[in-house]
Amino acid sequence: MADQSQHKAVQTTGHAWDGDLQEFNNPLPRWWLWTFYATVVFAIVYWIIYPAWPVGKNFTKGLATTTFVNSDGREVTMHWNTRAEFIRDMQSGEEALKQKAYLEKVAGASYEEILDDPDMMAFTQSLAKVLFADNCAACHGLGGTPAEVGNFPNLRDDAWLWGGSIARIEQTIRKGRLGYMPSFGKVLSNEEIEALAHYVLSLPGGHDVDKGLVARGNKLYHSEQAGCYYCHTNSGEGLYSQGAADHTDQVWTVADVNAADSAAEKVERVKSVIRNGIQRRMPAWEDRLGDEEIKLLTVYVHGLGGGQ
Amino acid sequence: MKLNHESIEINAGLMIVLIMLAISIGGLVEVVPLYYIEDTVEKVDGVRPYTPLEQRGRDIFIREGCYTCHSQMIRPFRDEDMRYGHYSLAAESQYDHPFQWGSKRTGPDLARVGGKYSNAWHVKHLNNPRSVVPESIMPNYPWLLETELDYSDIAARMRALKAVGVPYSETDDEYQANVEKFGKEVAGMLDINNAERNLIVQAEAGNYDKDPGSVTEMDALIAYLQVLGTMVDFSKYDEGYFAEFR
Repeated sequence: MADQSQHKAVQTTGHAWDGDLQEFNNPLPRWWLWTFYATVVFAIVYWIIYPAWPVGKNFTKGLATTTFVNSDGREVTMHWNTRAEFIRDMQSGEEALKQKAYLEKVAGASYEEILDDPDMMAFTQSLAKVLFADNCAACHGLGGTPAEVGNFPNLRDDAWLWGGSIARIEQTIRKGRLGYMPSFGKVLSNEEIEALAHYVLSLPGGHDVDKGLVARGNKLYHSEQAGCYYCHTNSGEGLYSQGAADHTDQVWTVADVNAADSAAEKVERVKSVIRNGIQRRMPAWEDRLGDEEIKLLTVYVHGLGGGQ
Repeated sequence: MKLNHESIEINAGLMIVLIMLAISIGGLVEVVPLYYIEDTVEKVDGVRPYTPLEQRGRDIFIREGCYTCHSQMIRPFRDEDMRYGHYSLAAESQYDHPFQWGSKRTGPDLARVGGKYSNAWHVKHLNNPRSVVPESIMPNYPWLLETELDYSDIAARMRALKAVGVPYSETDDEYQANVEKFGKEVAGMLDINNAERNLIVQAEAGNYDKDPGSVTEMDALIAYLQVLGTMVDFSKYDEGYFAEFR
């Protein structure tokens, strides 16, 4: 080997394999060794400052501290840990303070004041949009329009099942809603359900309906036997207190009438609702979201479909 | 034999032993003390083992690999708190074997999904996620609704968990201990002797999948999802209380 002479100075492990195959015994490079010692020093400093070593049933807490305010308003200083740091960040972190200033303003303002103040509205729109995406969009869709008609109300239109006033919307978010219409499949005959479907379709107008069936449905709608008018009212506009749909507008919240391609299909879709009834639940949010968050969402949802 | 650089480098067996020793130190120092440090699991009310139905739902959660995309661990960061709710406690997964903390969030964290959506939403969503969330990339799980839940071995499953420390009861003494710890109602649900009946009763009462006649895998999975993160009432505790344990 020509270049073997250059490595003469390097120590080998002393072993020789296959006659002449040897292994250098290179010491670690200096820079590596010093970096290693530096990490050791770093570790020792870290142990002193932060929680580190287990000792019996406890552990060394370190010298660093975190200060935050507990629920009683008392200032608490404790050894550094991620939970205390989290509380401190929520209370006095830079971003948190910025947001808090706005949140306090919103919390202290009435709904009218928020709606009239462009600055507060801008904040509401941006934060509530995120809150809506995290909490509401799974059912109501990202923009307030669900993926399909029937299961969850559309918040983009101006039809409100439970009322579109600020107060009603806040109540809906806070307490949740249980939308219930009994199934009439066993109570009414197929012909009766058909007649009711024709009547319901006749209310907003614009759908092909049978005049005779409409008259019969009209009678049933307002009869004790079917009792539709209890919740949907005599005029068909529906009671907010029952979450009953308005039958007089073109908005369909359960039966997707507008997507049906034939008159017969429209009737079939309405019949299916009457036959099977509806059970829809909106969860209560007051335990999950804070008061300010509910307030922001109320304003946001109110604005989506043009609130009342 | 001298333990110097040269002797280690030319002795493969010795080198393997020393490497294993060196790399196990990190793990041992971090993991082992958690078993005897008093404050590892926070003292908190409300956390109980899963009922038989929830436990079967949890088994399905694992079988379907939900954990590969969904974590169950909210970390103590402001952004996570704002999105998911209170950070997870060690106490909340003390009866999980294995825990489902996860390390990958392709989908959202599920640690506090309980009560967030209605049962009907879960049915639709598990059946076809895009029917409620158009932008979702989660696969469909249509068989959950069609497959009857096999609960014939529920007692054996609970016994296995009991063997690793979950306080399901089999003897009268164990039952009494559970009554003391969790109250009568919960203790009844943790009784292995009544496991099958309890499972059916909960499935029928909850009627999670809106199909009253049968107990499906959907019933079990939704029962499990709806209890996640709901056991601790955080309004009862001061903000700083849980930090005392760290």
